[in-house]
Amino acid sequence: MTVNAAAILSAVVQGVLVGGLYALFASGLSYMFGVMRLVNLAHGAFAVLAAYATLILAQTAFVGIPDPGPVLIGLLGVVPVIAILGYLLQRYVLQLTLSESPLPSLLVTFGLAIIIENVLLLTQNATPKKLSLGRAVETASIDLGFTQIGVFPLAVLVLAIVLLGGLSLVMARTQFGRLVRAVSDDPATVGLTGANPRHIYGIAAAIAFGLVAIAGIASGVQTNFSPASGGTLLIFAFEAVIIGGLGSLWGTFIGGVILGVVQSVGAAVLTKNYEILVGHIVFLLFLIFLPNGIIRRRVRL
Amino acid sequence: MLEVDDIDVYYGQLPAVRDVSLRLDDGGILAVIGANGAGKSTLLGAIAGQVPVREGRVLLDGRDITRLPAHRRTRLGIALVPEGRRLFKSLTVEENLLTARASKRSGPWTLDAIYEMLPLVGERRNRRAGDLSGGEQQATAIARALVTNPKVLLLDEVSLGLAPAVIAQLYSFIPAIREQGTSILLVEQDVQQATRASRDVHCLLQGRTSLAGADLDLADITRAYFGA
Repeated sequence: MTVNAAAILSAVVQGVLVGGLYALFASGLSYMFGVMRLVNLAHGAFAVLAAYATLILAQTAFVGIPDPGPVLIGLLGVVPVIAILGYLLQRYVLQLTLSESPLPSLLVTFGLAIIIENVLLLTQNATPKKLSLGRAVETASIDLGFTQIGVFPLAVLVLAIVLLGGLSLVMARTQFGRLVRAVSDDPATVGLTGANPRHIYGIAAAIAFGLVAIAGIASGVQTNFSPASGGTLLIFAFEAVIIGGLGSLWGTFIGGVILGVVQSVGAAVLTKNYEILVGHIVFLLFLIFLPNGIIRRRVRL
Repeated sequence: MLEVDDIDVYYGQLPAVRDVSLRLDDGGILAVIGANGAGKSTLLGAIAGQVPVREGRVLLDGRDITRLPAHRRTRLGIALVPEGRRLFKSLTVEENLLTARASKRSGPWTLDAIYEMLPLVGERRNRRAGDLSGGEQQATAIARALVTNPKVLLLDEVSLGLAPAVIAQLYSFIPAIREQGTSILLVEQDVQQATRASRDVHCLLQGRTSLAGADLDLADITRAYFGA
């Protein structure tokens, strides 16, 4: 086995691209934890749900539209619906589970994940599916000399940066952002400003669910998915969040990129079989030696 | 006008406030005094909507607000400066004030007007609230409440843990706040401070009204305060 510098560099570049997708996945999880201290174990399941919803729309409602039309139109329809679902779920279900103990929300979101997975199994069967943007888009690439980068993964990375950058700006500059930070500091006092803390939580959940829907659809284009894919997606998201630092958006982005690079370099240096394992090992090393992550959380616990 | 009509407030099985009634006219001031655990903060919390009322009613300008959540009451013009200030510590002073614009109430208390009255707050506007001294935090908490342009301002133990000079300074702003038509309900442990600020005094003892009236004799207040 020979590994040269070009192969490593190529692996790093590919890893950064995959990292963009992981970051997109992890940001919703990180955001909900940062705002309402809620770990959403159904995060991966909602990503898969979004991918299936887009697939069904693309294969039924938008047949005949040339690629990549069906998936893109599906995305525009599915993301807002999942975001609204996130608002309603937070406001009328998850809100009831918020307490000093993290256990009720863990149990309820775990239950939701199981329900979603099984409903998909019953209605869609277990065969792996994929979303198609058409050959032209999926095979388009840019030649960097030492490696080729896919246009679609690059677009996902750029989208992740734009979405996280936008969310950061909203958090820093707007009244909504101030209220989200305020509710994260002291939920019991926010009512005294005239803002309804439950509504703020709901909007934050809508943002998180919208992000995970986008991530789920993007992932469905890049790789196969099946009703049970949510668990793997959740683990990657968790690892990115922990590596980056709980509750910090840019930390989560960095965490996603690190996870992607580590997996990709691991696969290049060892073999493809080690890709996932190397990622898990690096995550464990972070958990042991840097449990607060790279960027210590800005929001206080 | 704020009216509290015979309210009971419980923490679980424990009664904290029982059969308390009071009335605060527009532009008026009333001091609620009592020892530790007399139910003063609970009473303010019940008026502001932070603690549920079990029996009785709270009325603002004749409207029953007993079952409204805290944010709805803020939008109707009730502002609480809570015990312990409860600023949003990771936000700057100015951001803390801006959050109160969620009340969507306009009036004389713009940020500029507040900075003018409380230069202490204006000078610190870009500092994180968590980094302020106790007096600065208390002034910021009052400022945050004023941004909602309240009809009724509820002040909970403003003087707690502060130096006498700082307390005197904070109390010196009360006339200016009342001049804008805001009525004030303040809670104090310090009887002298309370009677200096307000002729009307309402004394609580173990959750019940032990004495209420204007220009009361200090000896009577002391008896009502300690339950001797």
